[in-house]
Amino acid sequence: MIAIILFMAVLAVFSGWWLSRQRLMAKPWLEVDSVGGVTAWVGSPVPAAKVGLGVFLAVAGCLFALLFSAYIMRIEIDTTPGAVATGTVLRAMPVPRLLWVNTAMLVVSSGALQCAHVAVGRRERDAVRDALLIGTTSAIAFLAGQILVWRQFVDAGYFAAGNPANAFFYVLTGIHGMHVAAGLVAVGVTTAKVWRGATPERLRLSVWLCTVYWHFLLVIWLMTFALLTGWADNFIVICRALAV
Amino acid sequence: MSEVTADTIGSVGPAEVAELELYHAHSWLTKYVFCQDAKVIAIQYSLTAMAIGLVALVLSWLMRLQLAFPGAFSLIQSENYYQFITMHGMIMVIYLLTALFLGGFGNYLIPLMLGARDMAFPYVNMLSYWVYLLAVLILVASFVAPGGPTGAGWTLYPPQAIMSGTPGHEWGIILMLASLIMFIIGFTMGGLNYVVTVLQCRTRGMTLMRMPLTVWGIFTATVMALLAFPALFVGCIMMTLDRLLGTSFFMPSVVEQGQLLNYSGGSPILFQHLFWFFGHPEVYIVALPAFGIVSDLISTHARKNIFGYRMMVWAIVGIGALSFIVWAHHMYVSGMDPYFGFFFATTTLIIAVPTAIKVYNWVLTLWKGDIHLTVPMLFALGFIVTFVNGGLTGLFLGNVVVDVPLSATLFVVAHFHMVMGVAPIFVVFGGIYHWYPKMTGRMLDDTLGRIHFWVTFLGAYAVFFPMHYLGLLGIPRRYYELGETAFIPPSAASLNVFITVAALIVGAAQMVFLFNLVWSLSRGKEAGGNPWRATTLEWQTPQTPPAHGNWGKELPVVYRWAYDYSVPGAEQDFTPQNQPAPGRATVPALGQTA
Repeated sequence: MIAIILFMAVLAVFSGWWLSRQRLMAKPWLEVDSVGGVTAWVGSPVPAAKVGLGVFLAVAGCLFALLFSAYIMRIEIDTTPGAVATGTVLRAMPVPRLLWVNTAMLVVSSGALQCAHVAVGRRERDAVRDALLIGTTSAIAFLAGQILVWRQFVDAGYFAAGNPANAFFYVLTGIHGMHVAAGLVAVGVTTAKVWRGATPERLRLSVWLCTVYWHFLLVIWLMTFALLTGWADNFIVICRALAV
Repeated sequence: MSEVTADTIGSVGPAEVAELELYHAHSWLTKYVFCQDAKVIAIQYSLTAMAIGLVALVLSWLMRLQLAFPGAFSLIQSENYYQFITMHGMIMVIYLLTALFLGGFGNYLIPLMLGARDMAFPYVNMLSYWVYLLAVLILVASFVAPGGPTGAGWTLYPPQAIMSGTPGHEWGIILMLASLIMFIIGFTMGGLNYVVTVLQCRTRGMTLMRMPLTVWGIFTATVMALLAFPALFVGCIMMTLDRLLGTSFFMPSVVEQGQLLNYSGGSPILFQHLFWFFGHPEVYIVALPAFGIVSDLISTHARKNIFGYRMMVWAIVGIGALSFIVWAHHMYVSGMDPYFGFFFATTTLIIAVPTAIKVYNWVLTLWKGDIHLTVPMLFALGFIVTFVNGGLTGLFLGNVVVDVPLSATLFVVAHFHMVMGVAPIFVVFGGIYHWYPKMTGRMLDDTLGRIHFWVTFLGAYAVFFPMHYLGLLGIPRRYYELGETAFIPPSAASLNVFITVAALIVGAAQMVFLFNLVWSLSRGKEAGGNPWRATTLEWQTPQTPPAHGNWGKELPVVYRWAYDYSVPGAEQDFTPQNQPAPGRATVPALGQTA
């Protein structure tokens, strides 16, 4: 459960920082205002949708931290050099080249949305449209690539039921893929708005929301990738040492 | 956030409210069925939760009948008994209490108490209810599915939950998991709304520290639920895959009826971690809204400001944070490292500190108050007593050495029913008696309410007090029948009969409550806008029940905190939050202060 505890610790630090700015030391029973003078809470300048996305990312981050926790708890790493692990739950799957291509696709997609965000700031409508199109296409390519990877694994006999490590691979990639697919709906709606001639000002919020979500998905994917390929093994070993 | 520090309290002038693009219902269907108004959604949530709760109530009767008169009823076979236990627990904890506190009270009270017109995202809010309803329907479907609902126990521990010895392993468990997944999706939609509404949609002058404790409780519980439910979500998805695709997330190599199953390498303990990472915060997800509501009930009906408001807020936040690092105290007997047990016992006992602060503050609020023993107040007092009771047995169970012998006995059942069953449901009742006049414009009948309270209160104690004793005797929970056992005296059987009779009476008393709800809708005394003479904003609406959009043209402005009761020198014994300070009308008008 170490990944989720780290994640909750980060959230706790952030919440503590936020709460510390909320005048929790105030003595509200002494503060009575009169007409014309109201203790200054005049509403937040941040749009509700941005706060909403922030809260959603915390929830989604929690979901992935839990999945990572489960993976870290279960996966067996043989640390002696050259040894073949013998447990039943071990990283039994190879890392196909296609996963690298997919990762590149997601990076391109995230970069394209960042460009769209910048272009909205510069009010270049055509650039926004192009960037959104590239972002959508490369994200679709990522999803298609992931499905291909699944096909390759199934053809090679790595079934989900065969080994918990295989099952973890399908679940981690599957849930991440679903988040990408759901995000594609939002990006699609935004792209459609550009098509229907919305001005960059009216797109600012939607593009910002999509961009932040896309960066989040990229970070989650890179973490998943690192876990699945074994780069994070040292981290897992350290986590286990911490957890006695 | 643009919260300003205390020394720069400035003038922001009267509320200038821009025309909001409010959702407007155009037909009967969008006004009462597919409605985006938080008040209607709240009532939909509450009615659905109470309906499914009635099912769970009947299930508890059936269980009690079996325990008192083993084998007397042919319709209660051992597999049925396990199904009743499972569904009773799951429904009560998740589909009734969580949905009612957050979906029901949260939806109704958050916008009204904060002076908002509606939730931040009304459409998502509506969707949340319909997904919840779908989850409930899937759950109900498992009662008619082949093999019946699952009988795995409300904790759904693998491997037994999906093995063929457990009733409902064909369809019941799949429907249960699917229903939970839907519930969590629906709740996440609603929860996003509650949190963002509290953060973004407060009216002018409503600083966080002026929010009523009800909103603090619901807000913190929602944040916790948003972070805790994903653990159950992950557990449910993995178990569904184990059951349907034959993966081995939780399933070790296991022999079933002499045959080695295809599973291998899974970890049942992993599920326990995931389940209780959700399950323990869940206790406080139910308790924190109850804490908040009861604070407001006590303050209003004792005509006194809440004692230690700041401490109450800090305690709510502190309990919320601590409740995430105590989960493994549910797993002392799972074979965990003793040092782990020591750590979790310590955190468990630490959480008693903020909880005790709250109890002291409630009692000190009552101290020398002008106590009106109205029905909501009776339920609030019942809550305090019951919660202390359940909390004290929690101290027993939080210690590893005491917990191990008591584990899986009726003592545990008595403990959690006291602390998170009976106590929060008292607050639900108190809250309904308190806010029903605002929701319908009519008072609930007082005599029926008093009958309901006394029978429920005394009855609940008649049910659960003896159960502690049975637990200390070592009588195990979840047993279909006890049979002939050396360590169980025959008197235990007569005590079981007593408990059952009490449980039947308590259940019947709830029918009085339901009758009261329906009867008072048309026959109840006219309530007026503010029958309890309360200070919070929901009682200051221009119409009762509040109209669409909650407020008139202008949103209310908040000048004071929520607990100005019996202020010395004031004309009335309560001063609403939207009433400015008297005699200081010479304060510079807008634009004249820096």
